[in-house]
Amino acid sequence: MTFLAQEPTLADFGRDPWWLVLIKIVFAFAFGLLATLLGVWFERRVVGRMAVRPGPNQLGPFGLLQTLADGMKMAFKEDILPRSADKVVYFFAPVISVVCAVTALSVMPFGPMVSIFGHQTPLQVTDVSVAVLLVLACSSMAVYGVVLAGWASGSTYPLLGGLRSSAQLISYEIALGLSIVAVFMLSGTMSTSGIVAAQGERPQLEFFGFDVSAPGWYAILLFPSFVIFFIAIVGETNRAPFDLPEAESELVAGFMTEYSSLKFALIMLSEYVAMVTMSAFTVTLFLGGWRAPWPITAFWDGANSGWWPMLWFFGKVLLLVFVFVWLRGTLPRLRYDQFMRLGWKVLLPLNLVWILVLAGWLKTQGWEQADRLILYGAVAGVVLILTLLWPSRSPAPKPTLAEEINNRPPGSFPLPPLDLQVPLSPRTQRIVAEREPANLADTDSREV
Amino acid sequence: MTTQTVLAAAGSVPGGEAVTFWILAPLALIGAIGMVAARNAVHSALMLVMTMLCLGVFYVIQAGPFIGVVQIIVYTGAIMMLFLFVLMLVGRGASDSVIETLRGQRVAALVLGVGFAGLVGTGLHRALADSTAVGLTAANAEGNVQGIARLLFTKYVLAFELTSALLITAAVGAMVLAHIERRREDRMDQAATMKARFRPGNYPGPKPGPGVFATSSSVATPARLPDGRLAEQSTPEILPVRELTAEDTTLKGTEK
Repeated sequence: MTFLAQEPTLADFGRDPWWLVLIKIVFAFAFGLLATLLGVWFERRVVGRMAVRPGPNQLGPFGLLQTLADGMKMAFKEDILPRSADKVVYFFAPVISVVCAVTALSVMPFGPMVSIFGHQTPLQVTDVSVAVLLVLACSSMAVYGVVLAGWASGSTYPLLGGLRSSAQLISYEIALGLSIVAVFMLSGTMSTSGIVAAQGERPQLEFFGFDVSAPGWYAILLFPSFVIFFIAIVGETNRAPFDLPEAESELVAGFMTEYSSLKFALIMLSEYVAMVTMSAFTVTLFLGGWRAPWPITAFWDGANSGWWPMLWFFGKVLLLVFVFVWLRGTLPRLRYDQFMRLGWKVLLPLNLVWILVLAGWLKTQGWEQADRLILYGAVAGVVLILTLLWPSRSPAPKPTLAEEINNRPPGSFPLPPLDLQVPLSPRTQRIVAEREPANLADTDSREV
Repeated sequence: MTTQTVLAAAGSVPGGEAVTFWILAPLALIGAIGMVAARNAVHSALMLVMTMLCLGVFYVIQAGPFIGVVQIIVYTGAIMMLFLFVLMLVGRGASDSVIETLRGQRVAALVLGVGFAGLVGTGLHRALADSTAVGLTAANAEGNVQGIARLLFTKYVLAFELTSALLITAAVGAMVLAHIERRREDRMDQAATMKARFRPGNYPGPKPGPGVFATSSSVATPARLPDGRLAEQSTPEILPVRELTAEDTTLKGTEK
């Protein structure tokens, strides 16, 4: 394990000279902008391929410059300010969205310690002991952008979009936060670089008497958390199938209906940057961060050192962005109440139960084998008994059709007898008999 | 964070902290005053958000990163968002009325508020001006988050649990008060609705439209049945049935 020496710890941060900090910040910012430019193109191409059409392919190679052209066009459009808009808030709302989305990128670990102009420095703008919470704070502040954009527009559809968004994001933030709790419990830290480092270890789990070398990625170790987390971030980034605040078939464009020109471009930018940020966040928390996936590390020891990890990181982020696009191309939008029910009645209880199970598992790791088996058996027994004894409401037997008819109150509508056979009219048969037979000779040659 | 902890414990204020404080403290004050002064309720809420964000940053620069970020997530992100949600439901035109319900209440409130602020300020100043902060290094020895967790789940675990029980009770109580649930048996399914529709005494077809005659274009005019009687079902129940007076039925002089 040569690469372990290059794991950055919290002590490695805050020692860079100012020009290095500036380079890192500009790099992270440029990464966000570039990811938007390419992300929009990527999404349109992939969705196009899924819809069996080419997608944008005219401007530049493979249509790569399409987004750039769209951005230029947007900048030259008229900036419309609705008369009933709240001017200051209307201006600041997209700015809040963009600032929050980009700020979250600052704690994403792009790679391990590298040497930049002779300085040993981690490939990460900064890291603090509460970096994960910082990302959560950014995403919860980003809601203000959406909600205020909806409110400040001063018209109905944006307001409805903003209302939906505020309720939606609060609900899904809870599921999001709870699914990260499991990660904190295993890694024992809240710093992003620490979580990536923790995923590099292969924990030796004792599984009913067998020593199993478990994989380090939390997506495998904490699979329920990973699934809930990913569903929650799709809700958190307003992406399909949870794009209720901007549902175009119900609310025109939701909270951004009144926006135009550069302000609209900012909103679009923040949406795509948030998508990339959240993908990077998922990669960091659950998919091993910048670590190379298993088959590469098996035959290449140097895969996790130097600048190579950045490649794996971007590859994983791209993969997750593809999943986002895939979801959008596949799933229909949920109805609002279904969406809320999923958040509060499915994701939240599942999360709590899973955290309880995980805590019990971790707590009993140091116990004697017999004690543990007794405890697990007792818990399983209690759950089993509760399931068996859970009062079930059996529906009353339905009366038969004949009973229902006999029980009808007097004066009800007349019904035809149940065994009524309507005789065929003799004329019908004659028409069928006289009809010319269909010309079936060339059926096969015709296109259907 | 370790360097900050050491510096804060030594009682000196490093340059970065001082600069951050002198930039953000006026902003926090502006937010606090603006929250009271703003006419629009949403603007008030946004001013409060600004103050809370500044407070969060203050916590962070005073070597309490966890409490600072939690302040931003919980208060700014969740609670103020709920406030905004309610304010947006109320409507964007809603603003405070400027009429004093009690005579002189504004002057009295101003005097009392300034007096209270002065009392608290001088009291705090006299109590804390000469004292030096100690124990921060010990508290943050094993990390800020770990230190808070240790206190929260050992020494203060009872208070923590009681607070959470109180909050859950409040939430459940609010739901019980606000939620009207119809019992499952009271809910009409499709079959029950259809049975009620074809029950004897109920006319299952659409109701007749109002009779709009040459003398009236009002939906309050009942239709006539074939025998000349008025069809009562043809007018909405909330409209009073009225006989048209002679004045109503005369020509209005608009024909030329």
